[in-house]
Amino acid sequence: MKTDVPHHSFWKRARAFAVELWDTLRRPSSVFSLGVLVLAGFVAGIIFWGGFNTALELTNTEPFCTTCHEMADNVFEELKVTVHYSNRSGVRAHCPDCHVPHEWTHKIVRKMQASKEIWAKIFGTIDTRDKFLDHRLALAINEWSRMKANDSLECRNCHSAESMDTTRQSPRAVDAHQRFLFTGMKTCIDCHKGIAHRLPDMRSVPEWQ
Amino acid sequence: MPCDLRLIAAALLVALVSTIAMAQTFSVLRGSTPLDQVAPAAPMTPEQNTSVQEPRNYPEQPPLIPHSIEGYEVTIRANKCLSCHARTRVHESQAPMVSVSHYADRDGQILASVSPRRYFCTECHVPQHNVRVPVENDFVDVDTLLARPAAPTRPAQGKRR
Repeated sequence: MKTDVPHHSFWKRARAFAVELWDTLRRPSSVFSLGVLVLAGFVAGIIFWGGFNTALELTNTEPFCTTCHEMADNVFEELKVTVHYSNRSGVRAHCPDCHVPHEWTHKIVRKMQASKEIWAKIFGTIDTRDKFLDHRLALAINEWSRMKANDSLECRNCHSAESMDTTRQSPRAVDAHQRFLFTGMKTCIDCHKGIAHRLPDMRSVPEWQ
Repeated sequence: MPCDLRLIAAALLVALVSTIAMAQTFSVLRGSTPLDQVAPAAPMTPEQNTSVQEPRNYPEQPPLIPHSIEGYEVTIRANKCLSCHARTRVHESQAPMVSVSHYADRDGQILASVSPRRYFCTECHVPQHNVRVPVENDFVDVDTLLARPAAPTRPAQGKRR
């Protein structure tokens, strides 16, 4: 059969290889025992799955985010002066704490959406400060609508309404939280915009001037 | 020529006296730090956050901000204060509305939103910190002044009568 394969055509050779591979795959193994195959599959699975998740987690760190100057020079610099970076207790939020869902399926969905961000990186969509400021409203709306849709899940990963002791909050905060947060009328991001980065032009944003 | 010399001497004297006077003033505020050195900054204090309005010392005084405004952005792009204090926002925030005077342009025409000349709130309205003031303020408001018994032995008053 192999000798029939003409040597001048790449596509024909490729097709013949695929056919032969398929033939091998659908025949039972004549060399390896079932135990070896199962065990090898198991070990390979651990390596592939572990490697995949390790790589995934590597892209889920602040040092990874700030390897791009678009992040390091704009949003990360702005974060540094806010309470989410520097505060009295030293507990701080890192980029993925707010910008990547913690739950696995949603995390994968967000990671797939991030392929668009790689496209933007390659073509320099926000590679200067001015370009970044031009896009800031659209970028902010992305994040606001995501948080609005999931009831500010990323906020609530740390800030739970149940654990909020309103007797330790300022009178204004108590009033707002009792009227809007605990009743479910509003979600965190409705009021707490611009708390970790500077705000875009807010004239077109509802409830702002 | 002698006149010029006298002038220069007088100017020098004035400069010397004022320098001494200033050096004394500074030495009170600066502590014992020499003029060519920078003293370590005093620790920052938290903003007052009671939400209880402070009294106004005179009718035109811009009301003080009785809450913390830490991290509030007031720039050409966004005004965090107005997200509660604007006319359209007070029903939800229950915050005091920006005075109608702030909606007037300089011809007295009332606009739909805060006039650009009144946009930057913290030019006049400021939060307060609990600090020990280096110089006491001896301001007396008009009501206290009026309540004081009139001084009977002022020569200016006697003359006019």
